[in-house]
Amino acid sequence: MTGIAFLLNGTPVRVTGESPTRTLLDWLRETRGLCGTKEGCNEGDCGACTVMVTDEGGSRALNACILFLPQLDGKAIRTVEGVTSPTGKMHPVQEAMVAHHGAQCGFCTPGFVVSMAVAHLNGQRDHDDALAGNLCRCTGYAPIIRAAEAAADAPVPDWMQNDRSCISAQILASPPAAGATATDHAVGSGGADVPPAFCPTSSDELAEWYLAHPDATLIAGATDVGLWVTKNLRDLSPVAFLNRVTDLQHIERQGGLLHVGAGVTIAALRAAVAANLPSFAELLRRYASEQVRNAATIGGNIANGSPIGDGPPALIALGATLHLRRGDEMRSMPLESFFLDYRKQDRRPGEFVAGISFPEQAPELRCYKISKRFDQDISTVCGCFNITVHDGRITTARIAYGGMAGIPKRAATVEAALIGKSWDQTTITAALPAFAQDFTPLSDMRASAAYRLETATNLLVRYFHDLSGAPVSVLEITP
Amino acid sequence: MTMGKPLPHDAAPLHVTGQARYVDDIPLPANTLHIAFGLSTIAHGDITAIDLDPVRAAPGVVAVWSAADFDAMPDCSPSVHDEPLLATGRVHYLGQPIFMVVAESHLAARKAARLARVTYDELPALLTVDDALAANSRFEQGPVVWSKGDPAAALATAPHRVEGQFEVGGQEHFYLEGQVAACLPLEGGDVLIHSSTQHPTEIQHKVAHALHIPMNAVRVEVRRMGGGFGGKESQGNALAIACAIAATRLNRPAKMRYDRDDDMMITGKRHDLRILYRAGFDDQGRVTGIEFTHLFRCGWAQDLSLPVADRAMLHADNCYHLPDIHIESHRLKTNTQSATAFRGFGGPQGMVGIERVMDHIAHALGRDPLAVRQANFYRPMGKPGPQQTTPYHMPVEDFIAHDLVAELERSSDYHTRRAEIAAWNAANPILKRGLALTPVKFGISFTLTHLNQAGALVHVYQDGSIHLNHGGTEMGQGLFQKVAQVVAQVFGVDTARVKITATDTAKVPNTSATAASSGSDLNGMAAQAAAETIRARLAEFIAEKHQSDPAKVRFADGAVHVAGESYDFARVVMWAYQARVSLSATGFYATPKITWDRVRGTGRPFFYFAYGAAVTEVVIDTLTGENRILRADLLHDTGSSLNPALDIGQVEGAYVQGAGWLTTEELVWDRKGRLSTHAPSTYKIPACSDRPRIFNVGLWNRPNPENSVGKSKAVGEPPFMLGISAFHALSDAVAACGDGSIYPGLDAPATAERVLTAVKRVRGHV
Repeated sequence: MTGIAFLLNGTPVRVTGESPTRTLLDWLRETRGLCGTKEGCNEGDCGACTVMVTDEGGSRALNACILFLPQLDGKAIRTVEGVTSPTGKMHPVQEAMVAHHGAQCGFCTPGFVVSMAVAHLNGQRDHDDALAGNLCRCTGYAPIIRAAEAAADAPVPDWMQNDRSCISAQILASPPAAGATATDHAVGSGGADVPPAFCPTSSDELAEWYLAHPDATLIAGATDVGLWVTKNLRDLSPVAFLNRVTDLQHIERQGGLLHVGAGVTIAALRAAVAANLPSFAELLRRYASEQVRNAATIGGNIANGSPIGDGPPALIALGATLHLRRGDEMRSMPLESFFLDYRKQDRRPGEFVAGISFPEQAPELRCYKISKRFDQDISTVCGCFNITVHDGRITTARIAYGGMAGIPKRAATVEAALIGKSWDQTTITAALPAFAQDFTPLSDMRASAAYRLETATNLLVRYFHDLSGAPVSVLEITP
Repeated sequence: MTMGKPLPHDAAPLHVTGQARYVDDIPLPANTLHIAFGLSTIAHGDITAIDLDPVRAAPGVVAVWSAADFDAMPDCSPSVHDEPLLATGRVHYLGQPIFMVVAESHLAARKAARLARVTYDELPALLTVDDALAANSRFEQGPVVWSKGDPAAALATAPHRVEGQFEVGGQEHFYLEGQVAACLPLEGGDVLIHSSTQHPTEIQHKVAHALHIPMNAVRVEVRRMGGGFGGKESQGNALAIACAIAATRLNRPAKMRYDRDDDMMITGKRHDLRILYRAGFDDQGRVTGIEFTHLFRCGWAQDLSLPVADRAMLHADNCYHLPDIHIESHRLKTNTQSATAFRGFGGPQGMVGIERVMDHIAHALGRDPLAVRQANFYRPMGKPGPQQTTPYHMPVEDFIAHDLVAELERSSDYHTRRAEIAAWNAANPILKRGLALTPVKFGISFTLTHLNQAGALVHVYQDGSIHLNHGGTEMGQGLFQKVAQVVAQVFGVDTARVKITATDTAKVPNTSATAASSGSDLNGMAAQAAAETIRARLAEFIAEKHQSDPAKVRFADGAVHVAGESYDFARVVMWAYQARVSLSATGFYATPKITWDRVRGTGRPFFYFAYGAAVTEVVIDTLTGENRILRADLLHDTGSSLNPALDIGQVEGAYVQGAGWLTTEELVWDRKGRLSTHAPSTYKIPACSDRPRIFNVGLWNRPNPENSVGKSKAVGEPPFMLGISAFHALSDAVAACGDGSIYPGLDAPATAERVLTAVKRVRGHV
């Protein structure tokens, strides 16, 4: 085996003999004794374990608790210890956190500091956005934001800028483990009781291997699969890591369509749709948190089949086409056809999600997410609307919901009640009872079935007012 | 002067660089064992069989113990010996530990703990207040009842009356650092415990009891916690005891930390309750007679539920003079986690009741709720008139809410904004805004009087460096820095000269929990006393050398000033050492003036009150119930603040935590008694963007009339209740959706769903 090579706080490291589902957090704390990175929840929801990961694409904040070691091969990691300079000089965000009293108990602080340092490096000024994935129970956040604002204009320290240029040089220079070859795709197979992991570098390799190992677990961002390990304590072998499958990470524009590879992260997708599909981009802004969006992929979000994933409702409303691959065979289908039943998809053994295509523009698309908390929460109801009106008449209507059934689902009866009618309050009011025919939602810890149905219904009313330009969201209101 | 300086938290540089060491970060010997509990999967029943063979056979497992492996099951309760470490035959809630696994790694222990096969004879589970009432399942024989005046007559003759029922949810602490402990076996059967606890002496006591050894054989050290909020007052006992048992039985160090989901499934939370109220009032909204019933859901064990429920009764008045009052408090026993201490310790639960009544009265009269609140205020401090007492007959002598609220009314532009919001609401059919100002009066002292004591230990070394130790624990509140500032001031030196050291039962014994906001009041006074003892010795020594009066020796600016000469502090210390003067002293403090008869509900349980007020503005969506805090203005009474920067941090953080309790933080149990919100994915504490966009925080920085340390006031808990203003702003926004004829009757937490329900109610659609 080759082991897993990365830079850790500027120093080349090669890891061998570790299980492929060992988390970076456990390795840092238990093996390396780097205890600055904390475990707060072990499921990617609190950000206490945030680390900076750099590759050719740039530097990103990620949750170390749901990041497996093979995902880091060839990258550079900077923990809170490495945010301080090698000579012990504090980073400007660290100095600002002291000066503005941004730490009380201090346990969440390393995670905040890393998120802030990454945002600082990338020139990101929307601190609420950058820090939505970091929970603090002591401060009420105000002093942390004051610190972030105070540090924003300080120059980026040189030790924070070097990771990107050092990755290839330093990792190549590090001594390879015995028997390693440049083309070896297996990592993590360090001993008799350590299962192997497959790390393909192209979708062709993946397709061939997956056809031969249809029971394998494919791991892209690990933001959901990570919890199968940290919470369900499952053994996932065999596993394949998709992070090196670069041909699935492209976004192409062609003929008015966006073709998005399955390996594209939610963060990259959000950037791609920001200009032309702003409502979708806003929905993606509220998709989990910065750390999760930097890891999670759109392919994973779809293949996972969750009834409360936020990607599918918007994509269904957009009329997206899903592309699947099995061996050399490709097939495509409307995205809504992929979801058959709760956690059951139209996906054959050995078949994987390759990508998705959807219109680049949809001026009438609106996406509404209802959740208990605005940021970093799972949808109670996610309703997405794409209705076109010509000469006062509704010509097309695509309405899709998450959280209302066992799958992301279109409101077919409602759509039928709208098409051909005039775009006015009377039509909307007359269509509302149709929601009860389309959906029989469940009650759970997020909301009751009655609330879900009522809110889903009311979102059509919101959509009507929204298109007329009236303020419809509390997020639009400033004090 | 170091007292009153806005110094950063003493550990801030360690926090931000990741060097601050928490229990799980302490390097332990390589042979350290790790422990996990196996949990009950039902809420109530008798265990009929436990098959632990698969657990024992799992990789890395060293030992597995259940009730059968103990002659006497160790107890974890802080009160009445009703919490066996492991279930003994019967399980009382879903999540109760049944067995413990000791393994070579944390992960191995967790994995093995899931392999047990346990069968039960299920019994009916009492999960709700109604279940418990129907079964008369309760702690104590019956409800605790306090009465003052003639509330029945006052209610009967009142010109107006309101009555209602109010559901108030609980709250998970969500300290970012989960429960954790470690134990190192020492020679002769002694043990050293590292614990993330607010109560080292309790850990010491419980471990000694479990091991059948005296307390002097157990040393407990606590450098810091990653958050406590009351959740580490008693809930760490089980982990420390489990570690001590494993370490002594196997003669290897042992560590235990709960995974977050286990932590939330096992440990207690803030008590939820139902409040029933009936109030009579005059045309101005002044309450003439009032009755409260508190129905507390306490969970399966008593823990601290009795004093928590007492404190709710003690705060049923908040800032309002209620001459004729009846309060009835039921402490119901249910098959759920044992509810425990949480910032405010019942005070918030009592206070939301009377604030609800004020809001309801204002709605009934069509008056501004603030006017109704002010009409009911206690008489201001210093204003002549007949003595006013609380429902528990304590004279209110330090009441400052009139001035404080008037200042906040002005600084927050309350009345102008109220008018603007009314106009805005008239023009906006879908979104509505709301505004509310609520005050706080919170009693400071442990209601169990003997807990109001503290000790400290101060050493001055021959080089002039100072070593400070006291019984308080650091959980982020900045207690260590505040006490260091007190000690530095006594010696007239910089705080850099004072080394803050971990709380240690071997240095200061018999400590009380760092709780009830008492940390700096008690430990600051004790440390001050210790430092003053040493200073007096130094003064006497140096005065004698200069034929001067010890009273005229001055300690300031890092120097000792005597008879026209000034010497560096360290120099004087060296001389004193060489002259064989003792440079170490203990200090002790017991809060004066307090007496309390809990059974009769009379006395002076509190040394003083801390005050505050908040104005919150919100916006709600009438289609979905979504809601958001837009702005908050806080003004809080800290007395003469020991450290305004740390105090502002407490006030801001407490407000957000209090608002979280009443808005997004919803605990949900399913019908089998399983907590379904057992992780941050489903339990939503406020996130960064939930803080108010405009957040104005001020301190009412005026001396405490009582002789507290530096004339400061306790600040840990009181500002938590400033968050109540967010809840009433939501109620105000909901009220704006109706014609004024129906009261919103909003329940807590005011999730989007509850807000939407209340909107429909005021519109007559429910």
